[in-house]
Amino acid sequence: MPSFVNPEKCDGCKALDKTACQYICPNDLMVLNKDLMKAYNQEPEQCWECMCCVKICPQQAIDVRGYADFVPMGASVVPMRSTDNIMWTVKFRNGMIKRFKFPIRTTPEGKADPSGGFSTEPTLDGPVLFTEPDSLGLTEVWTKN
Amino acid sequence: MANIETVVVETDLLILGGGMAACGAAVEASYWAKQAGLKVTLVDKAAMDRSGAVAMGLSAINQYIGLKDGANTIQDYVDYVRNDLMGITREDLVASIARHVDSTVHLFEKWGLPIWKDKEGNYVHEGRWQLMINGESYKIIVAEAAKNALGTENIYERVFITGPLMDGNRCVGAVGFSVREDKFYVFKSRATLVAMGGTVGVFKPRSSGEGAGRAWYPPFNSGASTYFTLMAGAELTCQEVRFIPVRFKDAYGPVGAWFLLFKSRATNALGEAYMETRRPELDNWQPYGHVKPVPANLRNWLMMLDVMEGKGPIYMRTEEAIKKIAESEGDPKKAKRKLKELESEAWEDFLDMTISQALLWAATNIQPEQKPSEIAAAEPYFIGSHSGASGAWVSGPKDLAPEEYFWGYENLSTTESMFCAGDASGASSHKFSSGSLTEGRIAAKSAIRYLVNEKPEFGNYDDAEIEALKEATYKPLEVYAENKDKTTQDDVNPHYILPKMFQMRLQKMMDEYAGGVTAQFSTSKANLEKCLELLTFLREDSEKLGARNLHELMRAWENKHRMYQAEAHVRSILFREETRWPGYYFRADYPKMDEENWKVFVNTKYDPKTGEWTLRKVPVISMF
Repeated sequence: MPSFVNPEKCDGCKALDKTACQYICPNDLMVLNKDLMKAYNQEPEQCWECMCCVKICPQQAIDVRGYADFVPMGASVVPMRSTDNIMWTVKFRNGMIKRFKFPIRTTPEGKADPSGGFSTEPTLDGPVLFTEPDSLGLTEVWTKN
Repeated sequence: MANIETVVVETDLLILGGGMAACGAAVEASYWAKQAGLKVTLVDKAAMDRSGAVAMGLSAINQYIGLKDGANTIQDYVDYVRNDLMGITREDLVASIARHVDSTVHLFEKWGLPIWKDKEGNYVHEGRWQLMINGESYKIIVAEAAKNALGTENIYERVFITGPLMDGNRCVGAVGFSVREDKFYVFKSRATLVAMGGTVGVFKPRSSGEGAGRAWYPPFNSGASTYFTLMAGAELTCQEVRFIPVRFKDAYGPVGAWFLLFKSRATNALGEAYMETRRPELDNWQPYGHVKPVPANLRNWLMMLDVMEGKGPIYMRTEEAIKKIAESEGDPKKAKRKLKELESEAWEDFLDMTISQALLWAATNIQPEQKPSEIAAAEPYFIGSHSGASGAWVSGPKDLAPEEYFWGYENLSTTESMFCAGDASGASSHKFSSGSLTEGRIAAKSAIRYLVNEKPEFGNYDDAEIEALKEATYKPLEVYAENKDKTTQDDVNPHYILPKMFQMRLQKMMDEYAGGVTAQFSTSKANLEKCLELLTFLREDSEKLGARNLHELMRAWENKHRMYQAEAHVRSILFREETRWPGYYFRADYPKMDEENWKVFVNTKYDPKTGEWTLRKVPVISMF
């Protein structure tokens, strides 16, 4: 359906002001059914299958079922994202399983320093940007002769 | 309407959008604004952590020049872009981005993006300009730097911008609505930076069921930049230069690593490599047909010729490429290890940026080392950052632009106080993620310089004007409420059209008459004129768009935005009487390229007061 929610695992993010999936979906697809306190994808045909909701769900209640109009049934791709890596479990239609693990960042979460630690003293006039030329690894910014 | 609160936000620089260009703008503007004592505000339709085209992640950075190592020059990159776009490129803008882009990539690395390194500590290249990354969290990392620079108190998420706030010919802010609360937003600014992405969903997608969402570029890039800049009276450029990517069929997984890193071939069903067998066709597209690499649209074209001759399906020969690399390792043990490594790299390529493709491979039991996979041309998209070129016509930088392309501040549009970057700025393609962020930085510094030097005032407009904009914003909710009880089912009602059917109507006419998939990307004057006739009916009916809730109100506006992108495109294709990018669209009535008359930009303007479009030719001036 693209993304779908397992009702046994979803707890509606304990009725906080919005669910995690609702917060993150770039296409505003995930909503909370307040009667059931369960989330669902309100427009499956607009889903990009980016899995942002799957990755952020604190209950691991969300999964993706491939687009029914071209994906044969029976396979799954499941991410498990931690602070510095992501592990993927790929299950084939024929039952074969493959597992991959990749790094996702090299700095602690929340610590991206906008200046990157580069020194900078450019002036507002001219083309030299914040952090340059240090961040270029050069002594000056290129210009036409 | 009575229960909808109006929230007014005043700011010096308003950044519209939350993707790569907007994040770059936020980082750069924050630095300069602090020195000048100015306020910067950013508005995103989604959550910045996962908004824009990089929401899912990416497996490569496609623009890195390698200046510090002397790997390439600025001119090398300009030559590459100019040739890929068949000569139609603003060299000053491409050079402007290229001279700064390495700085951006070095910042990414410091912010925490893992970039592949070899044993000597050098970046691993996918191709001449492309670097391999572990990019699952690319957007999260970039958004984090932007948020840390700007402060979350200056960021508005889940606010959908419907259009500009104007004072005469000057852009003095923007209006929009919260998709979560009953709040109408009026952002009053002294300068505005537009970076709301490209346009997807104008043409009928190949998959029209659930898979309609599986566009190559994200479905939430819905034409906000084009609409905003058009309604602000800005001149746009290259609106005919759509992009059609050839990707793994249906799920649109990336092919770059296969072609560039693994050196894979693509062949038709008979095993013939169209890049070889069709080579003589390239003579017809000189001087661009013989450059290396062959321009993307011409590579598409050679493949399409095979398809039209019934020689499909077309396959990426993954099995052949992997075997060749593994064999080159020599002894079988090493080859086995190499095979394992390649397999992991191939899967990461998909999992980092197009998870659906991994799912499709798993669902069809494809192991790339064993059998080839089908590739195909996707539906057309509007994107100023990749291999398309559509966007606003902006000033170049003082030290690089010829005087015809310079009007005071780089990336300033032809509308006063309005700057553009990323997919919103045109004729500077091949900026991709790194270049888009870079262009956001360039535009932001320029905007702050404009604010400091020109000291522009806030705009003048009366409350009645704001009320009228508010009423227009929420009209689809009113139209629905007034008429919903007139039938027994709310999706079939003669008094309104819901956004989904409105979009399908737009997609059908564009597909059939303006050279979509169904028409094998071919069109003509007669077809385009028919399309304009149908677009006129659609524009009239857009007044009757209905929406059942705030989410659908957003869909209504997205499709109104797409409709204007469609018309800008149709009029520009109609105006250009030649075929210049045959693999993007083919003018059947002008099947050849005409260097003498059409080696020019086509610029487009819309007058919101009269509804009139004007198009003109603008000379292409080379700076090298």
